[in-house]
Amino acid sequence: MTAPISRDDVAHVARLARLTLTDDELDTFTSQLASILDHAADVEALDLDDVAPTSHPYPLENVVRPDEVRPCLDRDEVLAEAPSAEDGMFRVPPVLGEAP
Amino acid sequence: MTATTASDQGGAFTELPSGYRLVVGLEVHVELHTATKLFCGCPNQFGDDPNTNVCPVCLGLPGSMPVLNAQAMELAMRLGRALHCEVRPSVFARKNYFYPDMPKDYQVSQYDQPTNVDGHLDLPDGTRIGIERAHIEEDTGKSTHVGGGGRIHDAAYSLVDYNRCGVPLVEIVSRPDFRTAEQAKAYVNELRAILVATGVSDAKMEEGSLRVDANVSVHQPDTPFGTRCEIKNINSVRSLGRAIEYEALRQVDLLEAGERVIQQTRHWNEDEGRTHMLRSKEEAEDYRYFPEPDLVPMVPDPARIEAIDAALPRLPAERRAALAEAAGRTLPDESVTIVVDRGLDELALDAVAAGADADRTLTHLQHDLDPDHAANVPAAHLAQLVELETSGALTASQAKQVVAEMGETGKAPEAIAAERGFEAMDTSELEGIVDEAIAANGEAWEKYCAGEQKAQGAIVGHVMKATRGQADGKLVSQLLEQRRSA
Ligand SMILES: [Zn+2]
Repeated sequence: MTAPISRDDVAHVARLARLTLTDDELDTFTSQLASILDHAADVEALDLDDVAPTSHPYPLENVVRPDEVRPCLDRDEVLAEAPSAEDGMFRVPPVLGEAP
Repeated sequence: MTATTASDQGGAFTELPSGYRLVVGLEVHVELHTATKLFCGCPNQFGDDPNTNVCPVCLGLPGSMPVLNAQAMELAMRLGRALHCEVRPSVFARKNYFYPDMPKDYQVSQYDQPTNVDGHLDLPDGTRIGIERAHIEEDTGKSTHVGGGGRIHDAAYSLVDYNRCGVPLVEIVSRPDFRTAEQAKAYVNELRAILVATGVSDAKMEEGSLRVDANVSVHQPDTPFGTRCEIKNINSVRSLGRAIEYEALRQVDLLEAGERVIQQTRHWNEDEGRTHMLRSKEEAEDYRYFPEPDLVPMVPDPARIEAIDAALPRLPAERRAALAEAAGRTLPDESVTIVVDRGLDELALDAVAAGADADRTLTHLQHDLDPDHAANVPAAHLAQLVELETSGALTASQAKQVVAEMGETGKAPEAIAAERGFEAMDTSELEGIVDEAIAANGEAWEKYCAGEQKAQGAIVGHVMKATRGQADGKLVSQLLEQRRSA
């Protein structure tokens, strides 16, 4: 059986998640993620043609709330938790490029 | 280089240099007109002080849990039905990316199971544009770049306001069915009219509650579609047309130079009138969507969808068709479209049903009656006014003034005409005045008789002066013509 996930895959996912991993960590996580995927492969090997994909484990649907305004947080309190603030706004490092 | 609109049996298309044709699809984001955000009770309100409409949910604080706004779901389904979509069971998904305007580092959207699929929108000219999907998602915050030259890439730092973060949106994804920039503009105008008529959104492009991205490509007829580029930062319907035309010509230039079009996102610069590259698509699109575990599936009740259908207002396309038919047109023309846009189509239909001439009725409702004054004008008054004009008791310009005053005062047309001294001028009286005018303008009359049509201006002017503008210009011309050929 071929490896379910490569070291390069793990490095790619880590980069997308903005995680810096050492070489040792890359090895560790590659084998850990491989064992998780092996377990998924066990499930996939079953005959599941008659089973709908499960997005959620609990038998609940259509949970909504009424469109009614609730109190917001106090801005000073919120901004006091931020590393940096200015003019009532969160101050963050310069943004490169635009949002996706 | 130019781009012109031509048409073949398949409808209108944009004629680009070297025989290329344009293909466009639009992605339109609309903010839903709710009292609160999509997943929390913060007000959905434009223009408040920064970060005053925020709570743990929309700030993405640990441990907070989203709960779906029932009204947002209702409006999204209403929009879906107005666009003739199938409303289906849906699942929310997380779209993962890092950007400071999304404090959770993911946006809650719908991915493979959107609420609305497979609809369409008919343009006023009859072109049908397919709607692939219309899914629900949350808006992002707003970042302002400070320092440097005010430009993104040399900003010293950014400031973020999360008031808009979590505001409910529907993203309407069209099929690549546009062949001209005009069609794309007409689609956005039509979509706005539908959004306003259904109460789904106030659809103000200038406030950002309606945003348009355009996917533009070019190809040669009978060959597959070309590689597309997505154009962002389009802030008005006019810019949409300009951006599409610029981008299409840019792509034709590349292809003609033997280069290829690279799939990418480009930014429209309104001042420079051009697009520039933001990022290449090939590296950017890896959002690792997965089902949002904190929100349960939505399964619409068929009875609810029936109720939504029953409560939908008559939509612009249907209203245009009804008015066109009543006015004896096979297809809606510009006058029909404008009268429907101005919301005066009910009045037009009633006036025509009361016997008013359709062309004159549409002309007045297109130009002369302020839509805000429509409640002052019963259809019977409008029909009477048109009848006065048709019978020749009022000239076209008098009728115009009477209509405006009917709107302002609610008075009947005859009363207004009498007050203004707009009495029908006896033709024999007018003939006398025309003869006097000819006598007083001998030189002009000779030129006119010699075939110089515009020489009649001096004589008509004399008549108008003598009648204090009350004479019917068309009738004066007729009388002059009769005398010339006598
Ligand atoms: Zn909130």
